[in-house]
Amino acid sequence: MADSTTPSVGETSMPMPGQPPQGEPLLRMRGIGKSFGAVRALSGVDLEVYAGEVVGLVGDNGAGKSTLVKTIAGVGPADEGEIFVQGQSVKITSPQVATRLGIETVYQDLALCDNLDVVGNLYLGRELRSPLGIMSENEMEKLGLDVLRSLDVKLPSIRSVVATLSGGQRQSIAVAKTILRNAKIVLLDEPTAALGVAQTRQVLNLILRLREQGIGVVVISHNLADVFEVVDRVIVLRLGKRVATFDVKNTTPEQVVGAITGAEFGAILKTNGTSEGSNNE
Amino acid sequence: MSEIIDKNKTGGSSTSQSVSVEVPEYRKRQTFGQLLRNDLGFLPVLLTLIAIMIYFGATTGGLFFEPRNLSELLQQVATIGVDALGVTLVLLLGEIDLSAASVTTLCAVVMGILSERNGLPAWEAILLAILSGAFVGFINGIFIAVLRIPSFIVTLAASIGYAGLLLNLLNAQSTLIVHNPDITGISGSATSYLTDALGVGLPTLVLLVYIGILLYDQRGRRKAGLRTKSMPQLIGQIILMVVVVEGALALFESYHGVPNSTAILFSLILVVWLVLTKTPFGRHIYAVGGNIEAARRAGINVVFIRVAVFTLCSALAAVGGILAASHQNAVASQVSTTLLLQAIGAAVIGGVSLFGGRGSAWSIILGTLIIGSLENGLALKSQGSEVQQMVEGAVLLLAVTVDAVVRRAQSRSSSGR
Repeated sequence: MADSTTPSVGETSMPMPGQPPQGEPLLRMRGIGKSFGAVRALSGVDLEVYAGEVVGLVGDNGAGKSTLVKTIAGVGPADEGEIFVQGQSVKITSPQVATRLGIETVYQDLALCDNLDVVGNLYLGRELRSPLGIMSENEMEKLGLDVLRSLDVKLPSIRSVVATLSGGQRQSIAVAKTILRNAKIVLLDEPTAALGVAQTRQVLNLILRLREQGIGVVVISHNLADVFEVVDRVIVLRLGKRVATFDVKNTTPEQVVGAITGAEFGAILKTNGTSEGSNNE
Repeated sequence: MSEIIDKNKTGGSSTSQSVSVEVPEYRKRQTFGQLLRNDLGFLPVLLTLIAIMIYFGATTGGLFFEPRNLSELLQQVATIGVDALGVTLVLLLGEIDLSAASVTTLCAVVMGILSERNGLPAWEAILLAILSGAFVGFINGIFIAVLRIPSFIVTLAASIGYAGLLLNLLNAQSTLIVHNPDITGISGSATSYLTDALGVGLPTLVLLVYIGILLYDQRGRRKAGLRTKSMPQLIGQIILMVVVVEGALALFESYHGVPNSTAILFSLILVVWLVLTKTPFGRHIYAVGGNIEAARRAGINVVFIRVAVFTLCSALAAVGGILAASHQNAVASQVSTTLLLQAIGAAVIGGVSLFGGRGSAWSIILGTLIIGSLENGLALKSQGSEVQQMVEGAVLLLAVTVDAVVRRAQSRSSSGR
């Protein structure tokens, strides 16, 4: 997918129903709406995530990115709309339901226990145990190493206490946790925020590794440079609506910025094709 | 942009299977100060203990080091140690239990009344006393975990309430003498020692089993391709353990043998250590103490963990009360004013953090010995309790200060990356 190097400005590629990249999407959301009192946080948003694809979710503050992710993660269920996981209609009412459906979210705060070692964090809450109820440390360590290896993560030791690791390594462990839970779809909330250059590279590499494993990845980010490096499609939200979708191969950051801010650059913007028609100003 | 992806992909996959995850060179060389704050944290405590012991040994003309005194010292600290073990569990959660001393005395009173006034057999009285301790802790836990009342308020209220309750139970009797030979036999009579065969055999057996497990685990790890300890390191560890355990046993055997209460204390430490480090329940205690939100998101039943820990803490405090009653052949109506801070102090001096998530069951040994040595040594020098209290207060404050300073230094060094 990365062979095309000819940027054809003005084209917006968008998987129409019936001609997706690879058949049925892992996750399809249709007409998602959510209100907080009088505030309409999301209205009529569609989203589709295919296996082995990285989707970038961008938008200005208050555009509804976090709200949308929360509806997928089960933290703040949607008021209206339909969600399909692998073609099955589902209702995501709680984080547990999301986990059961193979949807895992890595929040910015990572939710790691700093005082435990890497293995302890990877298996927290689902420790492998022998029939006697004793933890099978060696087995957990071995499987943990396998997952970390598949993500190309480098650590001083898998027995290092997490507090001693760098930001990028901690992010890697949070992501490895989702894989150990057999995630099919991984949502990453600002994965590169507050990371240095080398660590950002490490995390971007991690995202590509997830894609290689056929996982559908949704990345929320403010950093367009990062987004353009790893993402296949960019979905732009503005004021609770999906206003544009870009195929990253044929797009410049300026076009995306234009969509985010609402300043149009020629004819590059198209609506996302919701049945309600154009939501585009 | 797409070239970058290409580069990443090819660059990544060519190294994917060949390179190992663990890169020891990533580990920064630790300065000696950092080592003292992490792996060697026990060293200053050990040196302090040795300094205290040498001081008292020198100023009491060797009286302090007589096996009789050391044996007596260990029996004196059994209650502090068992209470400290319970308090350790609570501290690991980042909570505090101020009711430990009251519960200790309350449960001793329950046992005393059941056996002396109601004539229950010793073991039934002891069992019921431990159960009432557990129940009392369960109530603390319900208020703290379910109703979310700060633990220091709940346990402070409990502490005052139970001090009153035990007076009420005693019916204004100021001291209840315990006559039951089965109870005083635990730690308050001339025969309160394990037989030589049992006293030496049991710890040695436990040690051998542990060494066996270590070697078996080493082999298993090598087979599984996991990183193993170097052989000299392993052998050094084993030799150190053998020397410490057998040395302590030799010391005991040079007097009457291993005191029952010491055997009980070490068995309890062993069990708590196994639970904390080898079972998911123990790991969850550390997780809740480290990051309660992460623990909750990981699906850990945080309420259950907290209730269980407060229940265990008070049950251990009950055991401490039984040992105290047995050692003194009596149950006092007055809650010891120093026991609570001695128990918390023993845990904190040993390296259990007041802020949760850090500390080991074994660490209370050094803390308990320091507290016990101070008390014993000052008593040998015929210093009154006023000096003891001042010294213990200062030592406790010092330990808590070190804990807070270390924690701040650690958060500084980890946020710098």
